Amino acid sequence: MARRETPEINAGSMADIAFLLLIFFLVTTTMNVDSGISKKLSEKPPPDYKPPIIKEKNIFEVNINRNNELLVEDNRMELSELKEAAIKFIDNGGGDGKPGEDGTPGAPCDYCEGERSPSSSDHPNKAIISVQSDRGTDYGTYIEVQNELLKAYTVLRNRLCQQRYGIAYSELEKRYKDSRGSEKDDLKKKVEDIKTSFPQIISDAEPTS
Amino acid sequence: MSKFKKKKKGMPAVNTASLPDIVFMLLFFFMVTTTMRETSLQIEAPRLPSATEIKKLEHKSLVSTIYVGKAKDQKYGTAYNRIQLNDKIATPEDVPSFILRAREEVSEGEIPFMTTSIKADKESSVGTITDIRIKLRDVNALKLSYSTQTGADN
Repeated sequence: MARRETPEINAGSMADIAFLLLIFFLVTTTMNVDSGISKKLSEKPPPDYKPPIIKEKNIFEVNINRNNELLVEDNRMELSELKEAAIKFIDNGGGDGKPGEDGTPGAPCDYCEGERSPSSSDHPNKAIISVQSDRGTDYGTYIEVQNELLKAYTVLRNRLCQQRYGIAYSELEKRYKDSRGSEKDDLKKKVEDIKTSFPQIISDAEPTS
Repeated sequence: MSKFKKKKKGMPAVNTASLPDIVFMLLFFFMVTTTMRETSLQIEAPRLPSATEIKKLEHKSLVSTIYVGKAKDQKYGTAYNRIQLNDKIATPEDVPSFILRAREEVSEGEIPFMTTSIKADKESSVGTITDIRIKLRDVNALKLSYSTQTGADN
């Protein structure tokens, strides 16, 4: 009689088991990075703090009511028109900018392409966007409004950056992040230049109830 | 003689013995990169609003997340305004202690870079968000991020 050999263990289904595990981890893996609209809150003012007096024309007022409707500068407006209106306001450049920290007087905006109307903002660094919402406003609408306003700044920054450095601002920022060494310092200067030319000044007023 | 019978020649089967190795390699990769959600949600997963002008949050260890949305438990009502801190439903009054506890876990120098990420549902009301914001300002946690989805650019 022939000698019986112990049969080998069939490893064919090993792959199946491994695949099953693999698929489980594929499904449960979340690689998403958290991203969102970033915001810097203002510091808590001291109790005796008096807010500076700001000219009415330098404030762009956006009101959102509890039915998620927009009131911009006392006119009803659709969300789709908000970006254009904000650009027009920021880019107006009707007067002199903020005086420098070393006491140099503010200069008129030489890169603005707006109407230079005396009844709208003086300078991008003086232009304040104030968003006032109701306590009952939907968070989704609030974010949409913030997003539209940020878009307005992006458009303006891109334009200026294209003129000064021949590259879109979003591209410049990306390059700045990837760069290192002396190139980084150089790009940082450019980024800062664009940022200070069109600073994002969006303030959140206390909501009405 | 049968011993020297010529063997039939056929196509040899492809050797699949190394297939498990390949699959295991992939498996280990995904096992290592998988991050299970550390906090279990007490509220229904918030439907984040979408936006285009977004920034990625870096340094995950410096981010503390506040969830806002509808509580799974019916006893908290059906409004989309419940706040979840860590594993519990909380009120805006609990936000400062939440932030202070998060600060204990990082080194002194990193505190100014700590970011609070608010993951709120589309239908939450701005009032709730404002309450949180005021509390955050009280404890000087000034970097804030409203978590959103990446929306279509138009």
